[in-house]
Amino acid sequence: MRILVPVKEVATVEDEFEIDGTEIAEQYLGADLNEWDDYAIEEAVQLREDGVADEVVTVTIGPEECEQTIRQALAKGADRAVRIWDDALEGVDLLDVGAKTEILSAVVEEEDPDLVLTGVQAGDDSFGATGVSVAENLSYQWGAVVNHLEHDFEGGIASVHRELEGGVEELTDIELPAVLTIQTGINEPRYASLRGIRQAQQKPLDVQNLAELGIDEGAIESELELTDMYEPESESDVTTWEGSSDETAGQLAEMLRDKGVAQ
Amino acid sequence: MTDILAITDHRRGELRDVSYEIITAGRQLANETGGDLHLAVISGTVDEFAEKLNREGVDAIHTVDHGEEFNHDVYAQAITQLYDELAPQYVLAPNSVNGLDYAPAVATRLELPIVTDTIDLATDGETLIATREMYGGKVETTTELEGSAVATIRSAEWPQAEGTGDAAIEAFDAAIDEDAIGSTVNGFEEIGGGDVDISEADVLVSVGRGIEEEDNLPLIEELADALGATVSSSRPIVDNGWLPKNRQVGQSGKVVTPDVYIAIGISGAVQHVAGMKGSDTIVAINTDPNAPIMDIADYAIVDDLFDVVPALTEEFQ
Ligand SMILES: Cc1cc2nc3c(=O)[nH]c(=O)nc-3n(C[C@H](O)[C@H](O)[C@H](O)COP(=O)(O)OP(=O)(O)OC[C@H]3O[C@@H](n4cnc5c(N)ncnc54)[C@H](O)[C@@H]3O)c2cc1C
Repeated sequence: MRILVPVKEVATVEDEFEIDGTEIAEQYLGADLNEWDDYAIEEAVQLREDGVADEVVTVTIGPEECEQTIRQALAKGADRAVRIWDDALEGVDLLDVGAKTEILSAVVEEEDPDLVLTGVQAGDDSFGATGVSVAENLSYQWGAVVNHLEHDFEGGIASVHRELEGGVEELTDIELPAVLTIQTGINEPRYASLRGIRQAQQKPLDVQNLAELGIDEGAIESELELTDMYEPESESDVTTWEGSSDETAGQLAEMLRDKGVAQ
Repeated sequence: MTDILAITDHRRGELRDVSYEIITAGRQLANETGGDLHLAVISGTVDEFAEKLNREGVDAIHTVDHGEEFNHDVYAQAITQLYDELAPQYVLAPNSVNGLDYAPAVATRLELPIVTDTIDLATDGETLIATREMYGGKVETTTELEGSAVATIRSAEWPQAEGTGDAAIEAFDAAIDEDAIGSTVNGFEEIGGGDVDISEADVLVSVGRGIEEEDNLPLIEELADALGATVSSSRPIVDNGWLPKNRQVGQSGKVVTPDVYIAIGISGAVQHVAGMKGSDTIVAINTDPNAPIMDIADYAIVDDLFDVVPALTEEFQ
């Protein structure tokens, strides 16, 4: 069984930042492996270690810079990686769900996996929709917000728990091939070992552009346009205490005593 | 005509609050262009649900009587057929765990763009302007799209519709292809129980990822002891196995309403806030003055928790 894990390098923002038009000014941005994808990688690697899967392949849409993040996934145990990039993607400020679906679907078709494990959402634009959209596009079955997966796949079925609101889980059987969007907490993602990091350098990373995937540039044109970005307005009139830690702790203690706490 | 089709949410025999909120969101869009608001209620005791959903501003309610509980294949089939029949401009769905499980499939099947987790929507009949957050709530954005679309709405952003409406309630005879159903829901499981019920606590000392390591947790426990408070947490602490699941505050954890909620090293992501925004007094201790928790806090200390928490504990010992 082959597992495909779409991996995203997400943008992170520093505590203090400035907005430049419809973007956060570049000097305040960092990059990291998407938190939810880390759990998806771990689940896939565990399936291979359990002897259920033969191969774990990652796919990333992104420029050359994000190869450090791809190597992180390889260091954690993925076997090889595919990276998709194209000049046509260079200036797009919001790659929408439709565009991502087109690109990832082409890779799924090429790789023909039995299971696709994605993160529930990306920590930066948090659409939370691409996994299910890819499944529908390719007539794969799917399950969103999965926080438990049985590893036996008896009769070609993935038995999962979907984490609903309010501490309730849904127990669902899903036919393979399927796309599962993975929720944090499903496992404990490993840190990459030194050996893993060394090995990752040797693992294959295949780069493809849209033409090689047989995708027309028009097909990835974003239907959504980002028109404004601003800092949200505060809903409360927050009183911010100033001073040394002892002083602010003292002020908080006074407020708490006024409220009758610890008395 | 800018008609709206809004999909309602229910679980284990009960409509969820977002079902009444989506009426308000849908009515607002329909008002902006003079269109009709259609609701769909799929699976479960649909007639009973339809009566409850018949609130002010709803023009029609379409019931799809098929199965007890949510199944995304049934939803996707029913909604696409309703779309073909009603030709609405926009399909609205809740950004709930179930909404995330069918809305993207509906959009793909109908070849429509999708915009998720919106907190405000506006239209002039041609362009949909959606407000949503990015980077874990650090910024808000507006996104525009032309023509028809699927949009999901965040819960508790629109008020619940009230009053009694005079909607036409009609059974919609969706042709559900059983062979195309690739998943089966076998049941539900409640998580939690355990030693304490954080939803009963008057004072919660809540810890987030700012605590960095499990070894630092005693810092928080000592403060809670000194205050006679209970320890709760954000999700990553539970994901890491540092505290049991019954301590998690939020959308997928517990809803709490203490007199005082002290959020220590918690950013205030929407799924966390969903569980604690009803607290009487909210205190945030965070190094980041722009953390979203500051937007709902009553009191804040912008400082390192490793300095503030021991000083606070000392005050009470
Ligand atoms: C479907 C779904 C359901 C979810 N359900 C829940 C839920 O029920 N509950 C929940 O909590 N989350 C939930 N989440 C996760 C949520 O999106 C966030 O990832 C999570 O709440 C972040 O937790 P945090 O604030 O502790 O961590 P972070 O967002 O990493 O924030 C850590 C904060 O600590 C501050 N900090 C760091 N160091 C220090 C220091 N030394 N002193 C003071 N402050 C410091 C930082 O400035 C930051 O603001 C859910 C997500 C999804 C997609």
